[in-house]
Amino acid sequence: MTPFLQISNLNVTLGQTHPILRSVDLTLSEGETRGLVGESGAGKSMIGKAILGTLPSALRVRSGEIVLDGEDLQRLADKDRRRVIGAKAALIPQDPLTALNPSKRIGVQITNRLVDILGWRRKAAEARAIELLDEVHIPNPDRVMRAYPHELSGGMRQRILIAAAFAAEPKLIIADEPTTALDVTAQKQVLKLIHEMQQRHGTSLLFVTHDLGVVSKICQSLTVLYSGLVLESTGVDEFFATPRHAYSRALLQATPKYTDPDASLTPVPDPVIEATQREVQMFDRKQAHV
Amino acid sequence: MVDGRSLVTRKMGARLWLSGGWLVLLALAALFAPWISPQDPLAQDIFASRLPPFWQSGAEPGFPLGTDSLGRDVLSRMIHGARVALGVALIAGTLTCLVGASLGLIAGYFRGWPDLVISRFIDIWMAFPPVLFSILLIAVLGTGLTSIIIAIVVIDWTRFARVIRAEAIGQGAMDYVVSAQVAGRKRFDTMIREVLPNVLPTIVVLLTLEMGIAVIIEAILSFVNLSISTDQPTWGGMISEGRISIHQAWWVLIFPLVSLFLTVLSFSQLGEGLKDRFDPVLR
Repeated sequence: MTPFLQISNLNVTLGQTHPILRSVDLTLSEGETRGLVGESGAGKSMIGKAILGTLPSALRVRSGEIVLDGEDLQRLADKDRRRVIGAKAALIPQDPLTALNPSKRIGVQITNRLVDILGWRRKAAEARAIELLDEVHIPNPDRVMRAYPHELSGGMRQRILIAAAFAAEPKLIIADEPTTALDVTAQKQVLKLIHEMQQRHGTSLLFVTHDLGVVSKICQSLTVLYSGLVLESTGVDEFFATPRHAYSRALLQATPKYTDPDASLTPVPDPVIEATQREVQMFDRKQAHV
Repeated sequence: MVDGRSLVTRKMGARLWLSGGWLVLLALAALFAPWISPQDPLAQDIFASRLPPFWQSGAEPGFPLGTDSLGRDVLSRMIHGARVALGVALIAGTLTCLVGASLGLIAGYFRGWPDLVISRFIDIWMAFPPVLFSILLIAVLGTGLTSIIIAIVVIDWTRFARVIRAEAIGQGAMDYVVSAQVAGRKRFDTMIREVLPNVLPTIVVLLTLEMGIAVIIEAILSFVNLSISTDQPTWGGMISEGRISIHQAWWVLIFPLVSLFLTVLSFSQLGEGLKDRFDPVLR
């Protein structure tokens, strides 16, 4: 099966030279959930932003292809790219507090996209929005449609964002640490919800996180990133059985285990970090010679 | 909780009503000035000069707030002066707001080179002392209502641009802007439909503040005799004339000063009250 999303040799730099993503390769088949893990600053979120075309203005895509459902996004004109992304991809953002426009009612925020971008009739879009709110287990969807974001709790807002992301039946959803801003109980519910929705709609999901526990629960495959370099890209079962890269092994050891919650955690040892950093330097040197 | 909220609402309501009431009164006075003023504001009468207001001995009926040193009726001149004050407040305030807020929004939302250009202009503008700048402008443009309005817009647009730029930068960093972009909205569209509604409360507050400031600037220019022609009474002009005879006839100075003060205060309070009404979080 041809992958639904294929990123090859993606290089993103800050300014002229400082590399943020180093020749990233990544594939995602239809219906697949891939975890994208790494420590802060590894460039996980930047991959999602590069796909959606929302990179900060200081960052530039230097080279590489992002093929979404057969269309090379880098080669499309701005207008066409917006259309393709708007129709086929959606984002579940990290912070539910800032991801809803504070001055607009929830209903308008869900339906706007259907009406403005996909040309739905307003009535149909409203019916669909209520259906979606129901699907993400929001009580009294009619009332919530008329509410302003500040009237709802963080967990509710995150569920609304999930509903909004699925509204246009996108084929790809990028979830950028969607549970980081929530407390542990809400986290669990939201994760379950995302998983449930993804299964029901058959969407491909790119799940950006630094929580390996989450990955083991909802992902089929994962990619480990360090300093913008892909260290390992493999199936979840293989990864948890036999992680290949030393850094991956160290990461695993730094994750609490449900089977043995009292076991002490090992921070990623310095030699491993140094070796990984050397690997990144080696990679840069090799690139410079090509 | 219910009590606290209703108390807050009531307090805000009083502020809104008092300031709105004064401004409505002023607007009515300005609209119907020729019909409601007891005297011709320009009619001089040397024999009735410096008549005191009605509660003091020596006052004459028909001149409730007294007369100035040329025998002109203070109340009638104040009523006619309200026309200039309000006209300048509304027109100059709105124009300044449109120019400044648009530039600020564009600079803050798009960043990059538009921001660079606009921000440098703001920096340069703010280095000019405003009063001298306005006097210089009037000297070049000539006196008259239009010149005053142009001068106020040219001087004061930075007030809007600076604040709205900062607000737009903050709003632009919010995830909802990114989400709108991912959903396929054009950048300009996003600015108008997503960001603008969120900076609107600030724009309203600034607009009403600016209206107050416009009244003051007009008064200052009148005070230095650079406003409109002397056959149109203005509060600033009255204050300027009253200053000379402050020891003999305090009322010529004090009454226009008080209405100037009340008007500026009302505009700023109106803005605060409206903001509370507009803001979905406070509402």
